[in-house]
Amino acid sequence: MGAWLVSGPPLVYLLVFFAAPALIMVLASFRSPAEFGGLAPLVDQAGKLDLNVDSYVRFFTETVFMRVFVKSAWYATLTTLTCLLLAYPLATLIAKSSAKYRDLLLLLVILPFWSNFLIRIYAWMIILGPNAALAKLVNGIRALFGAGPVPLLFSGFAVLVCLVYVHLPFMVLPIYANLEKHDQALLDAAQDLGAGAWQRFWRITFPLSLPGVFAGAALVFIPALGIFAIPDILGGPEDTLIGNLIKQQFLETRDWPFGSVLSIALTVAALVLAGIAAWVARRGGGASRA
Amino acid sequence: MRRSSPWLRAAAVFAYAFLYVPLLIVVVYSFNDSRLNAEWVGFTLDWYRKLASDTQMLTAAGNSLVIGLVASFVSTVLGTMAGVAMHRQRLRLLPILIFAPIAIPEILMGVSLLIFFVLLNVTLGLVSVALAHIAFCIGFVAIVVRARLAGMDETLTEAARDCGASPSRAFRYVTLPLIMPGVIAGALMAFTLSIDDFVITFFTAGAGTVTLPLQIYSMIKISVTPEVNAVSTLLMLLTLLLIIMAAKLSPSLFRSEGDAST
Amino acid sequence: MALLDIQGVTRRFGDFTAIDGVSLAIEAGEFFTLLGPSGCGKTTLLRMIAGFDLPDAGRILLNGEDLAGRPPELRPVRTVFQSYALFPHMTVEGNVAFPLQMARVPAGERKARIGAALEDVRLIGFNRRYPHELSGGQKQRVAIARALVTHPTMLLLDEPLAALDAKLREELQIELINLQKEVGIAFVYVTHDQTEALALSHRIAVMNHGRVEQLDEPSRIYGFPRTRFVADFIGHCNLLSGPVAANADGVVTVDVAGLGPVRVAVHSSIASSAQGTVALRPEKIRISASAPVDTPDNHCHGTVADLLYMGDVTVYRVETPGGSRVEALLANSQGGRAKFFEVGDAVEMSWPVNAGHFIEG
Repeated sequence: MGAWLVSGPPLVYLLVFFAAPALIMVLASFRSPAEFGGLAPLVDQAGKLDLNVDSYVRFFTETVFMRVFVKSAWYATLTTLTCLLLAYPLATLIAKSSAKYRDLLLLLVILPFWSNFLIRIYAWMIILGPNAALAKLVNGIRALFGAGPVPLLFSGFAVLVCLVYVHLPFMVLPIYANLEKHDQALLDAAQDLGAGAWQRFWRITFPLSLPGVFAGAALVFIPALGIFAIPDILGGPEDTLIGNLIKQQFLETRDWPFGSVLSIALTVAALVLAGIAAWVARRGGGASRA
Repeated sequence: MRRSSPWLRAAAVFAYAFLYVPLLIVVVYSFNDSRLNAEWVGFTLDWYRKLASDTQMLTAAGNSLVIGLVASFVSTVLGTMAGVAMHRQRLRLLPILIFAPIAIPEILMGVSLLIFFVLLNVTLGLVSVALAHIAFCIGFVAIVVRARLAGMDETLTEAARDCGASPSRAFRYVTLPLIMPGVIAGALMAFTLSIDDFVITFFTAGAGTVTLPLQIYSMIKISVTPEVNAVSTLLMLLTLLLIIMAAKLSPSLFRSEGDAST
Repeated sequence: MALLDIQGVTRRFGDFTAIDGVSLAIEAGEFFTLLGPSGCGKTTLLRMIAGFDLPDAGRILLNGEDLAGRPPELRPVRTVFQSYALFPHMTVEGNVAFPLQMARVPAGERKARIGAALEDVRLIGFNRRYPHELSGGQKQRVAIARALVTHPTMLLLDEPLAALDAKLREELQIELINLQKEVGIAFVYVTHDQTEALALSHRIAVMNHGRVEQLDEPSRIYGFPRTRFVADFIGHCNLLSGPVAANADGVVTVDVAGLGPVRVAVHSSIASSAQGTVALRPEKIRISASAPVDTPDNHCHGTVADLLYMGDVTVYRVETPGGSRVEALLANSQGGRAKFFEVGDAVEMSWPVNAGHFIEG
């Protein structure tokens, strides 16, 4: 039928270049690493199928990997919370502006997102660099208190700042989209009933904005979990996250089965979180339309 | 609208400054007559001149351009088909394959495609990168096209068929012209995404092929010179131009109320 | 042979039956209306004639040929959509040219036919305008021109005047009647507005819950409604129901609660049924302050409980001592006074046996 002509080509393309590689990666996680890296042949010299769970065992028994996962989750959490603190006031301001300015203000939030990812990381390399103004200022203050100089670059701090920087627009947009739909009459009613500014925010605005907050949190947390370029460029040896581990396994250590296990673990975590976010979105979606 | 409190405005200004100052610093220092990105010394266009004669950079830029054009063209065609299919039919598998690449961390696609290409004995190079880019761009185009279709009046397609047009002619003469701005906006977005992509390209490019982001990466890791600032500034300018064009064509992409009927 | 023959067509959407075994025939050159409330299936039926929907059972024949399997673009039937569905990216000329292009009519001939079509709907000179520059009425005419330019066998109109205001609607109604006479092809018109249906049509099919309740000329639908639904749906109607007390010499007597015996003439032999309804139009009741001097077939008195002043007529709702409500209508044409009776006035009402119409059940 004609319908297949339309849905067919993209379906086939994505099955071949997205679904198939994913399945192959799952299969790879059960194989053995080859001597010089990559994957050992599926059928070994004895003619037997070489499948095992060695890599999985290694993942679950060597605690260092779990610790890296926990660290990644911790970084992602800090990033999400910081983004929330910065994004919420911004989203509120845009939602309260007149229609004329709203589009412009939104565009200004989105624009940095369209600049190259690496450029954004590079910018922070400059700002946090040892010879730049900020480092001099911070270390100058530290010197006043008798503390030694501390590098801003190649640290957890640098990684976090850049993580927040890169993901901020994703937190602003969903919160803004939610706040825009809020009925001012609800707040007027609350004020009429005796609620002060903080009360109005905490008891009415914030709860109603939760679906937007969750959506933003999902849009920040999940990508942040898998990030590798930022710690790779801005981080120190202490800042190895899951993404870096995966990159190491595939391109340096070349233990592909183990790298696949790590990737699958990350995928599972991402899918579970995405599923929870979608479920929350469906449940909470009606609440904001009071 | 209520006048917002000064705290709110201060916080918002800080947020905007936070977003833009780093980029401005990159741009400003691209004109700085100093190897170190530390203090302003003097104005110069040297770094741009160096850029123009940097063959590695030019090759990388050329590669990025070629891959960008191919990837955006193919993903626009496939993405438009996907968007139309998702709008017209109740599909279950296609939407999953469309949304998944966007939902999961990029590194996962990069790594799985690496294994895929190597196992199939495909040499890693321009082709493998282009194929990878198409895979993740299709989703974006499909979403934009589907949104555009949702805002279109369905009875127009019926009217076309009533006037004697077969389904394919109705699509060609009525539906396609009306969604074309969305299609072009999707194409521009795909082009931008392809030019900018780092993570997936990193894993699928292999040893010999360099794109602009990869070149920038190795410059950052190995020897940082303000040449990076210069290429970054030019890249930002290009992206800005493309986004403005996309916004003009499909204002709904960037409008707050999401009114897709224009 | 009828132009369009609908035979036993049924259409279901899940549990809901939209069309339930409908059969009717439409003649060439007639103005045929499908009338009914929303959800009665009239639009679904129209879409099946156009080819946008297929029946689950039954056949639709055009000039004897089964239309099943023919997609909309291959049927010689054109539709005027409720929302006009003009292509926004084409000019008026482009819109009207479209069906000609689809039929691969050569360019030279196209120009002439577009000109003729626009002349028919009185829109000469509008060629270069775009739909968004036109008023509602003008858009309507372009839609009609586009539908007629290929000289289809039949024109389907889906509530085309619903979005227009009352004055414009009346104007266009008259134009539609004239257009149909001029063009000479069958028009199948869908509407929920019964005054419109009565004004425009040669024949009306009144539909309810997916079935045709009555198919007749407008005057017969109005004067001789076959079911309570038709009587109630068309205009104002008193429905006086009760057990049949007597049935002799072409007159049936129905015992109406709160009113008493109501006598109505019947023209065909009615099978002896236990229950019956007399459909009595308010304008057929003679209402006056004083008792009638002759002996009318039906007579009752009561008090005016409500009245509805409608400008040209006033509808009086009279309550009888037995508690029944009867509506009577008087034109406000007698000079001077706006209304004849006020709420609370005592009135006498009477009507002959042939004023009402008997419906079984």
